[in-house]
Amino acid sequence: MSRQSVAKAHQKIQELSWEPQYHEPVSQYGTDYTFRKAQKKDPLKQVLRSYFPMQEEKDHRVYGAQDGAIRGNMFRQVQERWLEWQKLFLSIIPLPEISAARAMPLLFRTVPNPELHNGQAIQMIDEVRHSTIQQNLKRLYMNNYIDPAGFNNSLRNFQSDYCGTIGRQFAEGFITGDAITAASIYLTIVAETAFTNTLFVAMPAEAAANGDYLLPTVFHSVQSDESRHISNGYATLLMALSDESNHQLLERDLRYAWWNNHRVVDAAIGTFIEYGTKDRRKDRESYAEMWRRWIYDDYYRSYLVPLEKYGLVIPHDLIEEAWNQIWNKGYVHEVAQFFATGWLANYWRIDPMTDEDFEWFEYKYPGWYDKYGKWWENYNRLSTPNGHHPIVAENVDYVYPHRCWTCMVPCLVREDMTMAEVDGQWRTYCHKECQWTDETAFRPTYQGRETPNMGQLIGKREWETLYHGWNWADVVSDMGFVRDDGKTMTAQPHLDLDPKKMWTLDHLRRMPPVQSPNVLLNEWTPEQRDAFHADYIKQGPAGRPAPADD
Amino acid sequence: MTTPQERSVPKPVFTDAEAGAKTFPDSDSRRYNYFTPAKRKQSHYEDVTVEVQPDPRHYLSQGWLYGFSDGRGGYPLDWTVLKAWGSDRPEPERYPGSGGKGYDWPATGWHEFRDPNEEWELTFYRYNSNVVRQVNQNIDNARQSKAFEQWNQNWVKFVERNVGAWMHVDHGLGLYLYANANRRAPTNMHNNAISVNSMHRIRSAQDLALYNLTLTEEIPSFDGQAHLEAWNNDPQWQGVRETAEQLTATDDWCEAIFASNVIFEPLVGELFRSQLVQHAAPRNGDFVTPTIVGVAEYDFAERDLRYTRAMFELLTSDREFADHNKQIINGWLSTWTARSIAAARALQPIWSQPDSKPPRFEDGLDAVKSRFAALLSDLHLDVPKELGQ
Ligand SMILES: [Fe+2]
Ligand SMILES: [Fe+2]
Ligand SMILES: [Zn+2]
Repeated sequence: MSRQSVAKAHQKIQELSWEPQYHEPVSQYGTDYTFRKAQKKDPLKQVLRSYFPMQEEKDHRVYGAQDGAIRGNMFRQVQERWLEWQKLFLSIIPLPEISAARAMPLLFRTVPNPELHNGQAIQMIDEVRHSTIQQNLKRLYMNNYIDPAGFNNSLRNFQSDYCGTIGRQFAEGFITGDAITAASIYLTIVAETAFTNTLFVAMPAEAAANGDYLLPTVFHSVQSDESRHISNGYATLLMALSDESNHQLLERDLRYAWWNNHRVVDAAIGTFIEYGTKDRRKDRESYAEMWRRWIYDDYYRSYLVPLEKYGLVIPHDLIEEAWNQIWNKGYVHEVAQFFATGWLANYWRIDPMTDEDFEWFEYKYPGWYDKYGKWWENYNRLSTPNGHHPIVAENVDYVYPHRCWTCMVPCLVREDMTMAEVDGQWRTYCHKECQWTDETAFRPTYQGRETPNMGQLIGKREWETLYHGWNWADVVSDMGFVRDDGKTMTAQPHLDLDPKKMWTLDHLRRMPPVQSPNVLLNEWTPEQRDAFHADYIKQGPAGRPAPADD
Repeated sequence: MTTPQERSVPKPVFTDAEAGAKTFPDSDSRRYNYFTPAKRKQSHYEDVTVEVQPDPRHYLSQGWLYGFSDGRGGYPLDWTVLKAWGSDRPEPERYPGSGGKGYDWPATGWHEFRDPNEEWELTFYRYNSNVVRQVNQNIDNARQSKAFEQWNQNWVKFVERNVGAWMHVDHGLGLYLYANANRRAPTNMHNNAISVNSMHRIRSAQDLALYNLTLTEEIPSFDGQAHLEAWNNDPQWQGVRETAEQLTATDDWCEAIFASNVIFEPLVGELFRSQLVQHAAPRNGDFVTPTIVGVAEYDFAERDLRYTRAMFELLTSDREFADHNKQIINGWLSTWTARSIAAARALQPIWSQPDSKPPRFEDGLDAVKSRFAALLSDLHLDVPKELGQ
């Protein structure tokens, strides 16, 4: 269509929306925000007449690339270290995508501007697109990559695994609770506007550097829909800002959403990019460098800060604190180390780090070797079964961490750990901000104001609880992370596929049973708990026990 | 948003990470093994759809993590009063040392539903792009051959008001019934099928609106705003409008889909599109409108009704709750058939608006009623007495 006819078409389809005269549409989701019905300038931007062919054209490119990759034997040059982490990533991401689709109707009744609903419906189908195109990519990996284990059981794995559970927040946070908190602030203003850059741009670039050019093809195609979604969110945010009484809730929700996204996305994507790559050229950007550019500069400085003039209270302190976590407190390194510690509870193989990796880490993160080098040398030493336990049950100067009740990532930056009795249960948190999310934000009142629509944190949020007292072999088979011989584990702490080098359930039988840190915490006396806390915050970095000086 | 930047890539290295390069446990286990396919071999559609939306009865060992203010998360089964076998079994209990296993697949009958259209990204965009091309081409051809000049004045009025009014039905239901329902059903198979249905209706609304725009440009006497007047004020349209609004006010997602796709569309949508517009247009020199409206009819009859039928066939022949479901659906049939027939009857005066009359209203209504009765019998349901109204 010519530009003039596109403009006319936009204009015309605005005639489609109408106000009910007889019955209001059903109202199924609540919000504590208030929106005034106002004639919104934002037109129905998407004309399906051009949308469908545009998307079909993108599909041609994606599927053409997939055919080409198979014909060109792409998997002969794909790095296994990289593709193994895709077993985790591609098990998680189709759910957030489809949840974004499901989230759209949360906004229909709560934001009473029909002009926005059309764009939200198109976002709905975009997200169905993303979810199925990603399931399809994973299927292609399963069919063509050397080791299908972990891909073939993907969605069962994801649902029973603690890493999957951490990732699930990035989906369930979109579809429940206060409709605006979920579908607008958490999903659109923070997850899509800030963090899709690392998910769909930074990560695919790393894939290409590891011989996989299909992930970039698919995810750039996904990302090309994101700018429309970001505009949907922006329009809603401006409307929310126009009502003073929303400012307090916006401040709350931005704090929660920002911090949770940081905790979850930086943990996962940071690990994939730093520990899942074989590209150790010194001029390639580290995750920290990418974060600084894309999240700090592009999102924070260029998107959030200008909104201050409309009265948005920006959590400057938390943005600086997220950076502090990544740059000074080794957040990503601590997470990667924990994933590798717990390799046996997962469903992908984790390659040990080599001298070349050490050198790169030291160059990008000065001081890295002193903190993490020894531990990764131990990981390497213990990677093939040879009469010893998996690393989690060996003495390598690592204290198994407690889990954060809120973000469910363990409390890895030990000095930040906080503890509180909430809802009759003692809980540990990775950071005071996560404690605030549970204790203060997700509650029916906030700063003295009624917030009856705010959601709740629910579920069995500590994975270890389910397996308290279990033998590790039973844990792994209960979760289903076992290969088709009935005993070789899906996960391995190395990439060698020689069956003699692979761990089996038999190797796990001799290990001490799983103990749930949270169950223990609640069994202790107050004195024991205080002593535990005092000790915990002196631990680290790299999970080291507290120095024994006092 | 940051635009992707080209990044330099290191030299490729030979890794031999190709399928079949080595033999080891699982080395040839190359299918998704967490669900049972509906047929012997699992389909591409199933692979990209099944179990993406989790269920605590399956593998979701830690349960839903975020809830609404009442503490309920995910996709509660009681968002519809219909039940599929297994629905009454409680979610597996989790406690210290409970382990994480749920019920064996599929745990409830809900997970047995498959969209017979097998819609996912590839099929969806291919189908709708073809529709767009076809519609555009028909309109372009008509414009070039000056086809609109043959329309008589009463037919121009008929199209601007009545065909125009229907765009509002498509748009309103597309958003507030179908898109709304995509948050409600307990499986990904249901919700994806429903979201595709939603897009058919929204696209169809836009097809009609943009067709209306073309007609405004091509026919000097065509009033591009008349559809608003008809929708807002014509007494003939108020029954349709009230019923459409009532449909969007339905809380139960099964009721909403059933009432719209099994009752309202067959009795009102097909009556208007197939029995009126498709028959009246050619007699009044219009060979274009039927191609636009025909596309919507095809969406409904060949695709949306198809998945709906599969969805409700499972529920009315459910091994545990067939009777429960049929009893409830019979109630819906009474209510919505009465409303739909009333809406249809209110439309009757527009049958006499064109110069060359279409077949009689009563004949058209009889035709859709008998199609409707056949559909109900496929679904093992009885014809409600309200159909006689
Ligand atoms: Fe998406
Ligand atoms: Fe999106
Ligand atoms: Zn936390």
